This record gives sequence, structure tokens and C-alpha cells, in this order.
Amino acid sequence: MRKKLIALLLAAALCALAFAGCAQNKQPGGEGSNQQGSASGQILSVNVGPEPNSIDPALNTAVDGGTMLVHTFEGLTKLDKEGKPQLAQAEKITLSDDKLSYTVTLRSDAKWSDGQPVKAEDFVYSWQRIVNPDTAAEYAYMMEPVKNAAAITSGDITDLTQLGIRAIDERTLEITLESVCTYFEELLAFPVYYPVRKDMVEGNDNWTRDPSTYVGNGPYKMVEWKHNEAIVMEKNQHYYGLSELVPQQIRFVLLEDDNAILTAYENGDIVLADSMPNAEIGAWKEKEDFQTTRQLGTYFIIFQTEKEPFNDPRVRKALSLAIDRNYLVDRITKVGENPADGFVPDTVFDADTSKKFREEGGGYWSVKETDYESNVAEAKKLLAEAGFPNGEGFPVVEYMYNPATPHLEVAESLIDMWKSQLGITVKAASQDWNVFIDTRKNGDYQIARHGWIADYNDPISFLDMWMSGSGNNNAMWSNQKYDELIKKAQQSGDREERFRLMHEAEDILMEEMPVAPLYYVQDLYLKNPKLQGFYDSPLGFKYFMYASMTD
Amino acid sequence: MTKYVIKRVLSAILTVFLISTITFFLMNLVPGGPFRAEKAPSPAVEAALNEKYGLDQPVIVQYGNYLSKLAQGDLGVSLKQRGRPINDIIADTFPVSARLGGLSILLAVALGIPMGCIAALKRGKAADSVLMVVSTLGIAVPGFVVATFLISGLGGVLPTMGLSTPAHYILPAFTLAFYPMAYITRLMRSSMLDVLSQDYIRTARAKGVKRFFILFKHALRNAVAPVITYLGPLLAYTLTGSFVVEKIFNIPGLGREFIKAINVRDYPMIMGVGIFLAALLVLMNMLVDIGYKLVDPRIKLK
Repeated sequence: MRKKLIALLLAAALCALAFAGCAQNKQPGGEGSNQQGSASGQILSVNVGPEPNSIDPALNTAVDGGTMLVHTFEGLTKLDKEGKPQLAQAEKITLSDDKLSYTVTLRSDAKWSDGQPVKAEDFVYSWQRIVNPDTAAEYAYMMEPVKNAAAITSGDITDLTQLGIRAIDERTLEITLESVCTYFEELLAFPVYYPVRKDMVEGNDNWTRDPSTYVGNGPYKMVEWKHNEAIVMEKNQHYYGLSELVPQQIRFVLLEDDNAILTAYENGDIVLADSMPNAEIGAWKEKEDFQTTRQLGTYFIIFQTEKEPFNDPRVRKALSLAIDRNYLVDRITKVGENPADGFVPDTVFDADTSKKFREEGGGYWSVKETDYESNVAEAKKLLAEAGFPNGEGFPVVEYMYNPATPHLEVAESLIDMWKSQLGITVKAASQDWNVFIDTRKNGDYQIARHGWIADYNDPISFLDMWMSGSGNNNAMWSNQKYDELIKKAQQSGDREERFRLMHEAEDILMEEMPVAPLYYVQDLYLKNPKLQGFYDSPLGFKYFMYASMTD
Repeated sequence: MTKYVIKRVLSAILTVFLISTITFFLMNLVPGGPFRAEKAPSPAVEAALNEKYGLDQPVIVQYGNYLSKLAQGDLGVSLKQRGRPINDIIADTFPVSARLGGLSILLAVALGIPMGCIAALKRGKAADSVLMVVSTLGIAVPGFVVATFLISGLGGVLPTMGLSTPAHYILPAFTLAFYPMAYITRLMRSSMLDVLSQDYIRTARAKGVKRFFILFKHALRNAVAPVITYLGPLLAYTLTGSFVVEKIFNIPGLGREFIKAINVRDYPMIMGVGIFLAALLVLMNMLVDIGYKLVDPRIKLK
């Protein structure tokens, strides 16, 4: 009897055994999930994304990581509420007459979060680190305007000191450019250009995951990173602008599931939610909480221009004109995006930054709802000219997308429009994200969805990708005139001339239509109406350092 | 017994080795790669990335490198959470999944066994029918549906996000427990019915042994054996976390990391978690077999 009892107990113990060891790890009190932005603005709990892959300025490639980085680090410049660069770690930036070199003086009170002064050497080290092939930074291309950056990344130059940045003394930097870059001061505000501390980074691949080695020079410093739960930041006591900082603590609650994020927002656990389930947009759209920001981004489709039937620009244009873009933004995405009438989105500045590139360039077709019918008539004409009157004889083609919102819904709508307006049959085909990227890159498709969000506010970030042979030119399109215009624009130091060239280039792109832009991307989020002093940028970065909860 | 254990351990190591080999090569056959993004990295950067993580080598060489590191207990670093050791990620997320999984298994056993017994004893009566409907639902209804029902029904009363207090465990643990509970109920019911019809039970009855003793002393002991067999793989699967439950309730567990790793082709992470899961599964099966012997002396271990 005793033996039997022991045997039974043993069986039960099996279960217990497996997790007994783990039970000790239980965190005391499970702090904070119900803490929220208190009335005094002392602690702000927000969600800008899930667990970030990396918060190393060199390795981050995501927008949410960027939001954390603008809090923990600071570049020579920073973007203000209007998205324009202002002096930050630099006290003075002087551009040489040939516009190819900058002399930068650092602020005397620029300090790291451990109290050490920020030195010119720190910038030199971190810029060299980005372009160093050993770092294998995916965003290394952002450094390319700096002299020799591309050559060092590709391994053609192995001497890192050949990079166009030099410390003249502790507080003075000399930066040399590859060629004139009229938006360089804006680039200086981007995380890739932030300084990092050699003594923290060197030999420690995990320096960003431990608050004691994650030393930054930004307004806030990380005090805790609980993986998959929260990244907690507090004021950097050594920051030069300490007195202007508002929240004592910012808790970035790391949430992945859209429904979970919405629940957390509804419960008041977070005062800002960066995403929400698509199905809930309708219910929130009219509320004060619902916020959108126009981004530097375009949602578009591309045609495989090397293969029939899309090697004929008339066919490409016909398909583009037959798209009811208003339907897409009103019924599918529903966030209030602007329908696209050109490739460069309506957020990008023109030569005169008080104007927009889109305003100056104008629309390439009408996106007025009332003009849709005439667009379709034009499309039918083009299709007939290409040899497919009323879609007769047009082969069945495939539209490739990856299964995610709103790609499927957009695909279905487009297919329906092409069928009903042009009489052509398009079949939808979906591929898992990873596979899709390869398929599109290799040109193994006929029509595919695409999207592009730029990292700096200059039309070139939307136009150079369509040069022949560019790694991102998945339409496999090639146009000599276009290539020449873009090359000239890249090398020109005259802002007016550059923009004229880029407008001309866009004319060709939209005439040839290897790509049909659908709408300009908007970032959408929920923000507690009591949250004041918060702002965000068209790059998608969100700034909480001056935000507080009011009554 | 010792000989048996040694043999089992050796075959367990072989099994894990085979699983890891198959996983490695299958994983590399799947199209796509870890460095795919809407913005294609430049060829130079892609080459640098591949070189840094040894992905420029032939797959067979990569596997050799992997094994030699594995032999030292090093599972490598994540390609996505750049530089973070897989060992750290597992050490971080497994306890979370295991705690929740363990709790839900306890719940499943504590409810499933009595429910199965009752159904068997009240065979054909109302109680049996009700329990069978419940257990059929439990088997047929997938976890995400259970979770959604629970959240919409009890979401206002009980917390639905994370695991910070004991109350946070209730909904996810119940969601996880629902299927095994239903399965155990059915298993228990049929094995109990089987045992109750055997001669020794009739003998006991004829001797005038009290019904209570017949049930709990004679029948249950034998009837519980299939449940123990089921517990082995169940433990391994449940302790390593459920993707669905962890995603819905925002639980920072291992199951979520595993699926994420597969989606983004984070090779070392897929391998690390795969091997960990395989080893745990093999270990649990082994323990169950040994535990089996302890419960039922009639079983011969060979």
C-alpha cells in the first residue's frame, strides 16, 4: 500500500518537478503593469512597438527602435516639431564654400549619461563603426554621403580612418562629403549618425541590453529592460537640457498583439497605442484619441517591366488609371490617407522647404472622385492601343502580395476594379513575407505590392531606387534618361537645379509607369486626449520628453 | 534498471541529434533568409552580414560549425535580436512558459481525472452526457476561440495582459488547460470503464469491499496509467509554451519566440529552441516510462 502511494505521488511529482525550479524566479509584485501616466506627468506608460530587435544606433532598422533612440541618444542635430534640423550636440556647424566639408563644434556641456563629456573622438569612432563591414550594419548606406563610406562598407578601402570624419580637437570635428548633399544636416539627426561610447561597445555585443553599459548622450537613459515587457527610461541627469524634460520616467510597454495593445489602451495601462486592429478603426475614427500623421511613405504596386504584357508602358498606365484610389483609402485602409497622384509623397519638401515637392510637381492624373470615369475611359483607350480592346486577348496575370493587412484587401479591390473596368482577369497569389521579398527581388512576378518609407525628407530617397540595376528596383525597369537625371541630381550642389532635375525624373517615372502609386502612407495611433506636449515626426519617431498628462 | 536508463539516455541523445540534423537542413531548404526587408540591404552589407554570421559557408560546413559550438553548450546568437545569445533568450522565456504551462497541466489533471471518473461511473446518465459534451468541445474548439470567449466574457473582471500577478494567470492557464483537460477526461473515462469491467473488480465487489475502496484503491490506480503516458509529451509541449495563448495574452514566453524565429528565418534561434524542445520531449517521455514502471510493477523495462 505504501509503495503504491509513493508511486502515485511520484507521478504527480513529475509535473511539479518540471516547473518547480522556475517558480523561484517569480518577480516580486510584477511591478507596474497598471501604473499609468499619472496626473503629475511623472510616469508615462506608452506603447510604440513590441520588443525591439536592437536599440544600438548602428543596428536598429525599425521605427520603434528609432523612437527609443531619440530618447537615449542625440546627434549633432535633432529634428524639431516641424521635422527641420536644429543644432543639438553641435553648438556650431559651418559649411565650406565648396559645400563639401563641415566644421562642427560640439557643445561644451554635452555629456554622456555617466557624466563624461561627449568628445569629437566619440563621433569618429561610431561613424567608423557603422561603415565597418565587421559591424554589418543594415543601415550603413545612410552614411554614404560621407567621403569613402560606401567604399569602406564594400571592403574596397580597409583603412577606417579614410572615412570623411576627423577629430581636430576634443570639441571640433571635420566632416568631408563624397559629393554635395543638401540634406546632410537632416541626416545628422538620424540614429545612424549618433555617437556611441567605445569603452561600452567594444567587445560587448550585448551592451545595449544592460543599463550599466547602455550609456547614451540623449535626454533620457534606460534604467531597465525587461524583455518582452518594458523598457524603462528616466531623465539623464547630465543632459544639457535637463530642466526642460518633463516626465520623470517613460515606460515603453512592449506589446506585440494589436488586440492586446488596444485592451491595454482601453484599460488605461498605456496613454499611447501605436497600433490597433484594423477592424476597430471604424469605431475609433471619430474619437478624440484617434491620431494620424502623414509619413514619408507611398504604398504602390510594381509591374515586372521585362515580361509581357507589362513591358508595354501603355498597359501599365491603363492598369494604373483604372484604379479607384479613393475607394482604397475610403473603404479599405480607412485612415484618411491621401490618394496618390505621383510617386513622391505629399510630405516631402521642395527646394523651398516651405513648399512641398508634390505641390510643385503637380498630379499626374486626377484623383477627384468625379474624374474616375474619365480616367477609366483613358485607360480603355490605352489598353486598346496596346492591342487589347476591352481586355480581349489579355493574358490572365498574377498579383503577388504577402498576407497582412491591408495587402489582401487591396489586392481584392484592385482585381475587382481591373475586371469590371478593363475586362481583364488578374489572379491573387500570396506568399509568406520572407519568400515574397525574394520573389519580388528576383522579378518572378507580374504585378506585386510594394511600400516605401523614406528615412530622410528628400525626394531622392524615393527616386534613386528606380535607377537601372538598383537593389530596390524590383520592377526591373531601366531608362537611360532617368538614370542620367538622377545622377546629375545626386551630384549637383545647387538646390534649385537638383529639384528641377528630380521633378523631370519623376515626370519620366510616371510617364513610363513601372510603378503605380496608390496612396501616401499615414501612421495611426491612439493618444489619450490628456497627453500634452507630445509630438511625432514624418519618419514615425515619437517624442515623449516634453509630454505630460493634464487634467 | 540502471542498464535500461543508460540505454534510454544514449538513444535520447541520438534522437535529439537526428532531430537537430533534420531541422538544420530543412530550415536551410525553406526559401527566404534572415536579412529580408522592404528596403533591400545593399549587396555589400548583405555580404558582410552573411560573413559575420557564417552564412556564406556551404550548409554542411555551417552545420559542422554549429555542432562544435553546440557541443560546448553554446546555441549561438540571434540574427534578429542582434548579438543576443540564444541561451539567454531561452533562459528568459522558458521559465515564463513553464510556469504557466505547469499550472495549466495541474489544472487539467486536477479537473480531468475526477471528471473522467464521474463520467465512467455515471455512464449513460445525465452527468456523463454533460461531461462528454464539455470534453468534446474542449477537443474540437481551438485555443484562440477559447481565449477570445474568455476575454470577451471575463475580460472586465480578470486581467488579460501579461503575467504580473497571480490573477493574471487565470485566463491563460484555463485556456491552455482546456484541451488537455478534455482529453484527460475522455481518456480517464474509457480506461476507467475498461478497468471496472475486469475480473479483479468483480472479485472485490463479491468480497463486499466498499464501493469507495474499489474505486480509489483498486480501479483508479490501474486506470490512471494511460493518463501518465499522455502526460509526458503533454508536459514537453505545454511547458515550452503555446504561440496562440502567448500572443493573445501578451505573455513573454518561449512559444511566441519560436514561431517568430521561424517567420523571420532566425536560424540559430530556430535551431536552439528546436533542440531544446526536442530534448525536453525526449526527456519527458523517458521519465514517464520510468515513472510508469513505478506505478505499475507488471510493466517490464527492456
